[in-house]
Amino acid sequence: MRGWLRLRVEKRLAVPRWLEFLTPVLSLLLALVVIAVLFRALGVDPIVAYQRIFRGAFGSLYGLSETTVKAIPLMLVGLGLTIAFRAQVYNIGAEGQLLVGATCATGLALACPDLPAWALLPGMFLIGFLGGALWALVPALLKARFRVDEVLSSLMMVYIASELVNYLVYGPWKGASERGFPYTDKFSPSAQLPRLFRTRIHYPTLVLAVVLAVLAYLLIHRTKWGFEIRVTGENPEAARYAGMNYLKTVLLVMLLSGGVAGLAGVGEVAGIHHRLRYPQGISPGYGFTAIIVAWLARLNPLAVIVTAILLGGLLVGGDAIQVALGLPVATIYIFNGVILLFVLGGDLFTRYQIRLEWRRKA
Amino acid sequence: MLNEPAMDIAVAMHSIVKRFPGALANDHISFEARVGEIHALLGENGAGKTTLMNILYGIYHPDEGEIYVKGRRVTIRSPRDAISLGIGMVHQHCRLVPTHTVAENVVLGLPGDFLFPDRAARRRLEEFSKKYGLSVDPDARIWQLSAGEQQRVEIIKALYRGAEILILDEPTSMLTPSEIDELMGVIRRMAAEGHTVIFITHKLDEVFAMSDRVTVLRQGRVVATQGTADTDKPGLARLMVGREVVFRLEKKPAQAGQAVLRVKGLHVLNDRALPAVQNVSFTVSAGEILGIAGVAGNGQRELVEALVGLRPSTQGSAFVKGQDVTNQPPRALIEQGVCYVPGERLVGLVPGLSVAENLILKDYCHAPFSQGAFLNHAAISAHADRLIAQYSVTTPSQDTPVKLLSGGNIQRVILARETSHAPILLIAAHPTSGLDVGATEHIRQLLLAQRDQGTAVLLVSEDLEEVLQLSERIAVMFEGRIMGIMSASQADLGTIGMMMAGAQETSVSEAA
Repeated sequence: MRGWLRLRVEKRLAVPRWLEFLTPVLSLLLALVVIAVLFRALGVDPIVAYQRIFRGAFGSLYGLSETTVKAIPLMLVGLGLTIAFRAQVYNIGAEGQLLVGATCATGLALACPDLPAWALLPGMFLIGFLGGALWALVPALLKARFRVDEVLSSLMMVYIASELVNYLVYGPWKGASERGFPYTDKFSPSAQLPRLFRTRIHYPTLVLAVVLAVLAYLLIHRTKWGFEIRVTGENPEAARYAGMNYLKTVLLVMLLSGGVAGLAGVGEVAGIHHRLRYPQGISPGYGFTAIIVAWLARLNPLAVIVTAILLGGLLVGGDAIQVALGLPVATIYIFNGVILLFVLGGDLFTRYQIRLEWRRKA
Repeated sequence: MLNEPAMDIAVAMHSIVKRFPGALANDHISFEARVGEIHALLGENGAGKTTLMNILYGIYHPDEGEIYVKGRRVTIRSPRDAISLGIGMVHQHCRLVPTHTVAENVVLGLPGDFLFPDRAARRRLEEFSKKYGLSVDPDARIWQLSAGEQQRVEIIKALYRGAEILILDEPTSMLTPSEIDELMGVIRRMAAEGHTVIFITHKLDEVFAMSDRVTVLRQGRVVATQGTADTDKPGLARLMVGREVVFRLEKKPAQAGQAVLRVKGLHVLNDRALPAVQNVSFTVSAGEILGIAGVAGNGQRELVEALVGLRPSTQGSAFVKGQDVTNQPPRALIEQGVCYVPGERLVGLVPGLSVAENLILKDYCHAPFSQGAFLNHAAISAHADRLIAQYSVTTPSQDTPVKLLSGGNIQRVILARETSHAPILLIAAHPTSGLDVGATEHIRQLLLAQRDQGTAVLLVSEDLEEVLQLSERIAVMFEGRIMGIMSASQADLGTIGMMMAGAQETSVSEAA
């Protein structure tokens, strides 16, 4: 019998709850299978590699603490992105907003080193939030006023932010005590966040992230602004029809997501580095990895707490296998990329029903 | 045995049935087009014309029925199958790549030279231009072309793929009058060359100007197939809009009060910045229904959107209860008590949100539904329970996403939201289109109940029966203008049908 297999793709009317939960999990597993092939090609036993990643990230107190350290910025940025993505405003520039947040906080810390910690640290968070929000304001206004695609404009703003940081740490802010390194001077003790025991976990930022995740959830589901965000995201035309202000909603979600990304930057300089460094030193792409965090959480800010820890663990585990198995740095970027592709692709299976059909040749 | 039709039948569709959720789009439709004929498919919007042709072109699959092409039984699963059978379709809206050239668009997707695929096309393009008068510059980019030229490219594209049967979906809707004349010339030459042309339309003038035969569809069924020469405009108009009254509505005489909506000399542009509404004036009073009849695409949508603040007007003014509301934003009009049931249901709701949430789509920012910044879920839920019962919305629960409801229930959700707190002015566009008999009747009763409560109702509908039954006065719109306003008691189907089709407004009595 001659014939061929055909795929039939049909739109699902209702998405069952279990499927909504299952797809990200399955997507993640499938991504791991694909990456296993890559490990194999690099001459590494994938089982061993995954074991090392898992043990590196979650297998020791040190690993767990480092995973938490990386999860903090991912959580902050990720929860902000869920708000923007819910309104179908695709803020891709969180990396830049994070850097600007870090820069603004550094400016305050360097300008007023003698302020007491109770005033200086909150001040740094506040100005960091404002800096991140300001950075997001540019693509927000361009989108709302001139319909410029926010994906491009917010992404381009990342490079401007990155060069701004470079300029500052190589130029006017270069530390006198840093012997030619592109760092600013070290912050005064009152501009440094307290840490948990001997780890690098700057717990005030962690608490802030968890609290904000809960607030973001309440914002989306319990407030009238959240209602506007959800309506705008699902059906912009209906939002206009219902008399909602599109400009206001776009500004709101962009400023919030940008501001929260700025907070993540403050946490990094005040909690980890205690100075501003070159851009890659501040953030190994947290702003981009957080996109995966938000998507893996299916745009639920509470789930972001979990997915941020997962992706944080992946970053730490990735470091572990680089050292232990001699894999190139790029491995972990490929890892992230593959996961994002599968998570985005997994959406296809929740929204559509896919059937195989055998068709006989006429 | 094969059912073998006569040789001169290019395409035959037998007893085609197509169901959509909540609607029967094609109800045992049989249709034939002969080789070399120009066949008009006439009917109002929603009559099932486009669905039928989409089935022939392989976009939809019929639930029942058979298709024969040149006497052979065929199964058309995709446009690719249709093209290989010699069927081509030109959609109402152009489906070309704007940044590519004409020649590139014509050969797009065809096997051939990998590099510079458009070279091969040039010779044939010249041939088409000579043979059918389809002249276009092969190097022009699509975005540079007018709507008429883009349509020509679509026709060329179909011919290039060997189309012998060409389907044109409302080919004149985007064209200027002179472009329409050119198109008619092209169609006649194609028919003379032995092509079969099927064109979908709802304009009577075009049927008489172009077609050899005409098939009239109404509510998913074939009403008649006739030689164009054997019929006349009033006859076709009557067939198209139907004669028999389906419902008997208990209707009290209207108690018209003072003027609520006053529109003066309004001008509105469409999406392509062409005039869509021209110098339109009318008044709607409290407790009356003014019906606007007309075939879709004659400016009704733009008029309504301008009245609810979704589209700017360029000239003229609108007043609600004496207050100037010209070009006010939607929120201001909502606060004034203007409610709007949009023609496209998707505009009026958010499919993924629950019934309860859709019921507060406009009132979410007022007490009791929000207190300060927070939504009051208890109040929202109580409100939903009340409206679901009052408007008999059939839904598994108030938390069900509205996209899972049937068309009739979706419309009830919208109407419940728009009418539950006695609006001053209710604007309803095509409120019953696509609904089954029961839902239609329910919704018409709701509109009458609104009228009896003293709401001024502006009803826009293509369903002439509906307009005649519900309205106190009827305005007919054609090409952006109001052809006349008459009282429902004086109106007859024939006259209105003629006015809807753009025929002269002779012997139309004006009732202000």
